[in-house]
Amino acid sequence: MDDFLIRAALAGIGVALVSGPLGAFIVWRRMAFFGETLAHSALLGVALGLVLGTNLSLAIVAVCILFAILMVLLQRQNYLAGDTLLGILAHSSLSLGLVTVALIGTLRIDLMSLLFGDVLAVSVSDIIWIWSGGAVALAILVAIRRPLLALTVHEDLARVEGVPVAAVQFGFMLLIALVIAVALKIVGVLLITSLLIIPAAAARRVAATPEAMAVFASLFGVAAVVGGLWGSWTWDTPTGPSIVLAAMAFFLAGLVLPRRGI
Amino acid sequence: MSGLPERVRTRGRVARMTVSGPGADALVGVNGVSVRFGDMPALERVDLSVSRGEIVTVIGPNGAGKSTLLRVALGLQKPDSGTVARQPRLRIGYMPQRIAVDDTLPLTVRRFLSLGGRVAKGRRREVLDELGVSYLLDQPFQRVSGGEMQRVLLARAILRAPDLLVLDEPAQNLDVGGQSAMYELIGSLRDRLGCGVLMVSHDLHLVMAAADCVVCLNHHVCCTGHPHDVREHPEYLALFPDEEPAALGVYTHHHDHVHTTKGGVAPLPADENRTADHG
Repeated sequence: MDDFLIRAALAGIGVALVSGPLGAFIVWRRMAFFGETLAHSALLGVALGLVLGTNLSLAIVAVCILFAILMVLLQRQNYLAGDTLLGILAHSSLSLGLVTVALIGTLRIDLMSLLFGDVLAVSVSDIIWIWSGGAVALAILVAIRRPLLALTVHEDLARVEGVPVAAVQFGFMLLIALVIAVALKIVGVLLITSLLIIPAAAARRVAATPEAMAVFASLFGVAAVVGGLWGSWTWDTPTGPSIVLAAMAFFLAGLVLPRRGI
Repeated sequence: MSGLPERVRTRGRVARMTVSGPGADALVGVNGVSVRFGDMPALERVDLSVSRGEIVTVIGPNGAGKSTLLRVALGLQKPDSGTVARQPRLRIGYMPQRIAVDDTLPLTVRRFLSLGGRVAKGRRREVLDELGVSYLLDQPFQRVSGGEMQRVLLARAILRAPDLLVLDEPAQNLDVGGQSAMYELIGSLRDRLGCGVLMVSHDLHLVMAAADCVVCLNHHVCCTGHPHDVREHPEYLALFPDEEPAALGVYTHHHDHVHTTKGGVAPLPADENRTADHG
């Protein structure tokens, strides 16, 4: 097996391990569109990072956090429904990112790899970034899982029972931003949400507890990465979309198989 | 209900001593609170206080600001003016109207209860047993019916061994028998836990047996006092013009026995009234 395939698998598995549990919370909290919007804003982060000449991953995290805060603040108004607002932000930020990238004409940027990922091109330093960023994200998630679950079930009740709601919510935003920055290289801004949502949705049918669902989501994600890489290698198909399709295959298989869990 | 512990009193006493001024005994005190949502006044200069061992019931028509008042007392809603004082380290057991959990979350009733905090082993089953719904313990939370939901939510509030129980429409989704049983249960919980109770209800007649103090709310406090006095109060009668509770259109079966209890205009003692509720 070639080196680049092993690097790709290591990178993809690193992303899948953290995107599974985080994705489970996103599914429970019905925040799929929120995640999608943040992912789109990541392209703006890339553009800003290029303009300012800073570390791209840090620029992505910073822009995602700014957008997350912006969205939370904007969702408090009653002028527009939440999903309308997200739709406006998602596509304006994506377009703004695309326009900005186009304006920086002097730099050669592979737009396709930003949009759909380029896991076969990951370097060793990318892998280190993915695994360390992923480990930090997973550690934060494990630390806040109880209060986060409590406020997922009922925010007011959690607040009355002493959960520091604002702090936990901010931690969760930070996590999503971090994981988007980590996953960008693998599946690109347009497909990141799928790696968060699909393995978690597939895990639902086999899980009896929230923890089990999070672990199964990780496992399905890892299997999707390996399966997608194998498919991409075998049939010479684009890697990011192949990984998403492999995840989709697991989800469909789960629908056909008898339901376990509760 | 013998399994419910006597409330440890030390903390309450210590906390009480740290509160000074009028109403020092109050677990929570709402003073002159106003809340506006845009141009709509939700609460206007509302006063309310709940002491240990006291059951305070807020009644009023829909949209009168009852839930907003609860949210202010809980610290979930910041008042535009006025003050809210809670005893330091006050433990609150809060029962929201209902909780909708996404179907994708694999959550049993047991796990739902555990989100409220740690309790002794077997305690959750014990409390659910007392509420008659221990068979729900390992059921998915999403499959719990409306009437069962009230009991599960109450169980979570009880499990916190609260100083103050705050209940938002605790008897909704229950049939008439279940409703009076729920109010009786709340009365006995107050005795056993030694806590204060603040709740919201639609119907004065059903809560009569349990309430020590009724606050009749229509954005402002129309009248307040013992339930029997409130029932005679001109402002209450103005708010519920047809004093017949069946006219509220909610509790259809209630009609029958109200005629028997209401036979005399003179207020009945609480105990007699409770008996009548069963009749």
